[in-house]
Amino acid sequence: MMSSNDAIQFQKERIKVNESSITKYIDIQDVHQAFATPKGEFLALKDINLSVQKGQFVTLIGHSGCGKSTLLNLIAGLTTPTQGSLLCANKEITGPGPERAVVFQNHSLLPWLSCYENVYLAVERVFGPSGAVVGRAAESKSSLKERTLAALEMVGLSHAAFKRPGEISGGMKQRVGIARALSMEPQVLLLDEPFGALDALTRAKLQDELLQIVAKTQSTVVMVTHDVDEAVLLSDVIVMMTNGPAATIGETLHVNLKRPRSRMDSAQDSSYLAYRSAVIDFLYNRQSHVEKNH
Amino acid sequence: MVSATFHSTSNTKPEISSGDPQAARLAMNTLRLKRARQQAFFLNWVTPVIGFGLLILIWYGVALKSAGAFPSPIETFKQALDIFSDPFYSHGPNDQGIGWNIYSSLKRVALGFGLAALVGIPAGFLIGRFQWASHMFNPLISLLRPVSPLAWLPIGLLVFKGANPAAIWTIFICSIWPMIINTAVGVQRVPSDYMNVARVLNLSEWKIMTKILFPAVLPYMLTGVRLSVGTAWLVIVAAEMLTGGVGIGFWVWDEWNNLNVKNIIVAIFVIGLVGLVLEALLIRLASAFTFDDVKQ
Repeated sequence: MMSSNDAIQFQKERIKVNESSITKYIDIQDVHQAFATPKGEFLALKDINLSVQKGQFVTLIGHSGCGKSTLLNLIAGLTTPTQGSLLCANKEITGPGPERAVVFQNHSLLPWLSCYENVYLAVERVFGPSGAVVGRAAESKSSLKERTLAALEMVGLSHAAFKRPGEISGGMKQRVGIARALSMEPQVLLLDEPFGALDALTRAKLQDELLQIVAKTQSTVVMVTHDVDEAVLLSDVIVMMTNGPAATIGETLHVNLKRPRSRMDSAQDSSYLAYRSAVIDFLYNRQSHVEKNH
Repeated sequence: MVSATFHSTSNTKPEISSGDPQAARLAMNTLRLKRARQQAFFLNWVTPVIGFGLLILIWYGVALKSAGAFPSPIETFKQALDIFSDPFYSHGPNDQGIGWNIYSSLKRVALGFGLAALVGIPAGFLIGRFQWASHMFNPLISLLRPVSPLAWLPIGLLVFKGANPAAIWTIFICSIWPMIINTAVGVQRVPSDYMNVARVLNLSEWKIMTKILFPAVLPYMLTGVRLSVGTAWLVIVAAEMLTGGVGIGFWVWDEWNNLNVKNIIVAIFVIGLVGLVLEALLIRLASAFTFDDVKQ
């Protein structure tokens, strides 16, 4: 439980988020998302209002089925909202685009291509002759190759570049997925429970790597997770979602821990623990999960 | 090997209590391994041989009972040796070696099947990828697929005015369905993750086709190809019986007219063997192009 001092601190920070939202980079306004099901319309998301600043690391946390992945898919442009609008850099999001790269939970590498070819596919699309980026000249083959190798090196996989996904471990596959996303030099990196399928040790290692990579590339990140520690360790802002159906943003928590953060130091840091218990309080006391049959 | 000697000297189930317990456990394990190997050998080699033996035994019984009308296995084997001693002779169009007959049949199958693949696989992609195409063609496929291939033969004869093209046409029409259907199912079953990758990367339709759809569909397609070749090989015999010319099917019919039952039995084995080889080749091809699923 938080002390009253901490609570005041949270209040202040929430105000700060509102003030800084003038420089919002991703802007989600009054978004509703409903799906047609055989049993009628299913309202997944309701009244979503959220803004993300450039360079911010935002996590969406909530129980399974609360629509956090739905929200991420909306930002990715894979689905369009039933109501409301989503803006990225003051432009309406109408579909997927290379400026918003996605890392999927199950990495989604193409099993018939080597790691190198999987990344190259993305690099070629963004920087190659059929480049999606307007106003940029197509780069040479050798330059595309260099970009691909650099992306693989960033995730420490140069040695496995010419292996197929079936030949490497789950953690390595997920790293290739991250390399593929980063290779596109996206303005926003969208991560859908990227470490959810990994064992605890691999997950911790990849979280640390992601911290370093994001610090280096200064990316804006929106990440879906259900792991409280992951959220507190990585985020600037934790967006806590209420249970579905008709899920919405319950609370926004600004994590004001200094960077670079380390797992070891955080474990003993009192404000880290306060943030952690705030999230846990939200998830387990106020939004305790009930299995529903919908 | 300590365990081996232990096992061979005792030659019975070793008792744990007597002597070194670890050696005893080792001996038990070797014994178990040996038993498992014997079992596998028995299942893989001995039982199939028994199966063939049973067939030959029944055949022999039937031959004895028919008193000469039905050839015995030994007579048939001798005849087979005779046939295969000169498989590639040619005494005019109606009397050719079995090699030429098989070759002509395979050529027809290859032509008909090749044309079917050329039409069927793209059609399958179309039907799998676009909903309007599947709605347009699925009822037609459902209607035409159950029709016996031989029912198409008169249409072929009418349209192409020749026995050989009519036979190829029959092969074409019977081998096209499995390829269309399997390819379409493959396209529809491409994991949505892959298609999401394509959407996020904003890949061109050409790239989606070559880098995602085609490799993902390939295993399904090859299943279709395998079924098609199997059907084509089934149908060619019947089609050739009706159309005549050179070919294994016609050969069977010809030998029936000559009342040469030995040759018919040889032909049955040959047809089976060729079918088996075709199937084995295509299974090998399919497994070479099947990638382990990403979700593990």
